[in-house]
Amino acid sequence: MSNQRKRPNGGEREEDDEEDDAEGIGQWERAYVDDRSWEALQEDESGLLRPIDTSAIYHAQYRRRLRMLSAAAAGTRIQKGLIRYLYIVIDFSRAAAETDFRPSRMAIMAKHVEAFIREFFDQNPLSQIGLVSIKNGIAHTLTDLGGSPESHIQALMGKLEAAGDSSLQNALELVHEHLNQIPSYGHREVLILYSALSTSDPGDIMETIQKCKKSRLRCSVIGLSAEMFICKHLCQETGGLYSVAVDEVHLKDLLLEHAPPPPAIAEFAISNLIKMGFPQRAAEGSMAICSCHKEVKIGAGYTCPRCKARVCELPTECTICGLTLVSSPHLARSYHHLFPIAPFDEVPTLTSSNDPRRKLGKSCFGCQQSLLGAGNKPGPCVTCRKCKHYFCLDCDIYIHESLHNCPGCESIHRPKSVSLMEE
Amino acid sequence: MASVASKLYSDDVSLLVLLLDTNPFFWDTTSTTFSQFLSHVLAFLNAVLGLNQLNQVVVIATGYSSCDYIYDSSLTSNVGSESRGSGMPALFGSLLEKLEDFIGRDEELAKEDEHVDKIAPSLLSGSLSMALCYIQRVFRSGHLHPQPRILCLQGSPDGPEQYVAVMNSIFSAQRLMVPIDSCYIGTQNSAFLQQASYITGGVHHAPKQLDGLFQFLTTIFATDLHTRRFVQLPKPVGVDFRASCFCHKKTIDMGYVCSVCLSIFCEHHKKCSTCGSVFGQSKLDGANASSSVNDRKRKAPDS
Ligand SMILES: [Zn+2]
Ligand SMILES: [Zn+2]
Ligand SMILES: [Zn+2]
Ligand SMILES: [Zn+2]
Ligand SMILES: [Zn+2]
Repeated sequence: MSNQRKRPNGGEREEDDEEDDAEGIGQWERAYVDDRSWEALQEDESGLLRPIDTSAIYHAQYRRRLRMLSAAAAGTRIQKGLIRYLYIVIDFSRAAAETDFRPSRMAIMAKHVEAFIREFFDQNPLSQIGLVSIKNGIAHTLTDLGGSPESHIQALMGKLEAAGDSSLQNALELVHEHLNQIPSYGHREVLILYSALSTSDPGDIMETIQKCKKSRLRCSVIGLSAEMFICKHLCQETGGLYSVAVDEVHLKDLLLEHAPPPPAIAEFAISNLIKMGFPQRAAEGSMAICSCHKEVKIGAGYTCPRCKARVCELPTECTICGLTLVSSPHLARSYHHLFPIAPFDEVPTLTSSNDPRRKLGKSCFGCQQSLLGAGNKPGPCVTCRKCKHYFCLDCDIYIHESLHNCPGCESIHRPKSVSLMEE
Repeated sequence: MASVASKLYSDDVSLLVLLLDTNPFFWDTTSTTFSQFLSHVLAFLNAVLGLNQLNQVVVIATGYSSCDYIYDSSLTSNVGSESRGSGMPALFGSLLEKLEDFIGRDEELAKEDEHVDKIAPSLLSGSLSMALCYIQRVFRSGHLHPQPRILCLQGSPDGPEQYVAVMNSIFSAQRLMVPIDSCYIGTQNSAFLQQASYITGGVHHAPKQLDGLFQFLTTIFATDLHTRRFVQLPKPVGVDFRASCFCHKKTIDMGYVCSVCLSIFCEHHKKCSTCGSVFGQSKLDGANASSSVNDRKRKAPDS
């Protein structure tokens, strides 16, 4: 979709910093221009500055967003919860020390990769990430594939220095070797943050690209300087996205685009039913020998529901019986995508006050706020199609964007026979 | 709420949203009567209101077939109507009145159901959702508001069909940084409440007997969020992470998960009833794929 967003003057751009002012403003100014926070103020009768009452505009924007979302969901079934195995390759060659991103490309990359890792695990609870860095022309494995955001972030932050050349081929070879071993239901992905404008490779990179294509590695590249043919070629061949970040905000957006599972790779992987266990967490301060480190540990661990072995962390594979152990709340985090609640209907404000339906809805069913506007006239409100309860606009937004439950529908007991018939 | 001088809002002012389990099917089975239980609870609410004059209490009834707001200490209309002669302070006159109304209506609705299991669950997902909407409104009211927390006083067993909705509420509470405390007075343990308190950083406790309920409530659940940093509250004796299967609404600790949408099933299916993907051969676990199993076309916990 938006993968071909390029730096406007990307092609001609050289590596010298002095020519940076293509748009006439520096990085530090841009933040203020984008923000324009003062425009959200207005003067009231007494001359005091007040924020503009934007609630109506805000709600209209939200309705538009909601409509777009539900339209998109109806059109394409985006498969949340694919099991992805993603290697993030970060180019720490000498180009990463450049300071066109402040304080340096390196620091900015690390900062946003950290945010990305957290977001990624939020959206892909069963997936795993590994980190690879390129330095002095060699690719290094920072972390192996794993499901714990903290260990990745720790390893990333400990290695912040840039030196030498960059080598795309070395990185791809290393990642290919790692990703070739994962189970068939997993999606293999590589996300490369590339700051150099060249690659010094030991062999024919085209062969490596074909090898990646054959192993169904989806390679995406986010450039930090300018568009490069070889990166573009790699992405086109393997079905990934190629983009070049213009500034820090853009880089963040481009990164976060990779957090939700890409719809295009759905056909690549075999869907599968995986047997999993949901272990109980042991009491704080209880003592047991864990099966993963073979050590006596005091404190909470988890107990495999099948063989009762103790493990230290989730998600993991039981070392004794091989059962995949996950934390069930991890899975449940994505269920609101599977069972979204329908948008509420707007109640026309002009209905006469003796409309029988209006008597029901004097206050918001969710938060009890009065739905009467100025002068006891019915104010704007929305209603749920299913339970017919009325809600205020604020609850409407909260319910659809954060809670993902309709309080009205949840407050009605439905016998099992009825809910079966609802199909 | 904001009528009082803002300076007075220190960090130990609390908003307690109490979710009171009124499920008639549960209270039929207990040795303690509902009114005995209620006297403990009302004394506790009085104590909370007495701890700080700015403290606020909201009570939501979790019924069998409905949920409703019963009491809000920030509304002045609560005072009065002492004429009922129940011996309760005037403050709770309207609470008792509304509660009686609610239980009457709730039981009326429950009668419409033909078949009712031994102890049916109460609508925890409904009252939790309402509590969060209320708290969200308090957050909207400005910078100065009491510190909100939720206390579930629950005796009914978990309703596995509420699994997705309860988990959604828990995650929303976690995002709002609202702790969900839970006091479970039923006989089984509640995986919902244990997870809710664990994930949101609240306190979970299951007293063995109800005689001393008032003491439990005041020593554990009356502590405001600020004070919790200095006192030793009960630590969780394990967390029950069992989930509900989408096919039969059973509570399970082991099951099959669709690799496409993460739906949980208690037995092997050929096709995912949630997202429709057809599964390839399962090389994992060697579990004999029960191929005769019916393709139950259920849209799963859309409760
Ligand atoms: Zn095991
Ligand atoms: Zn509302
Ligand atoms: Zn509804
Ligand atoms: Zn089942
Ligand atoms: Zn599925």
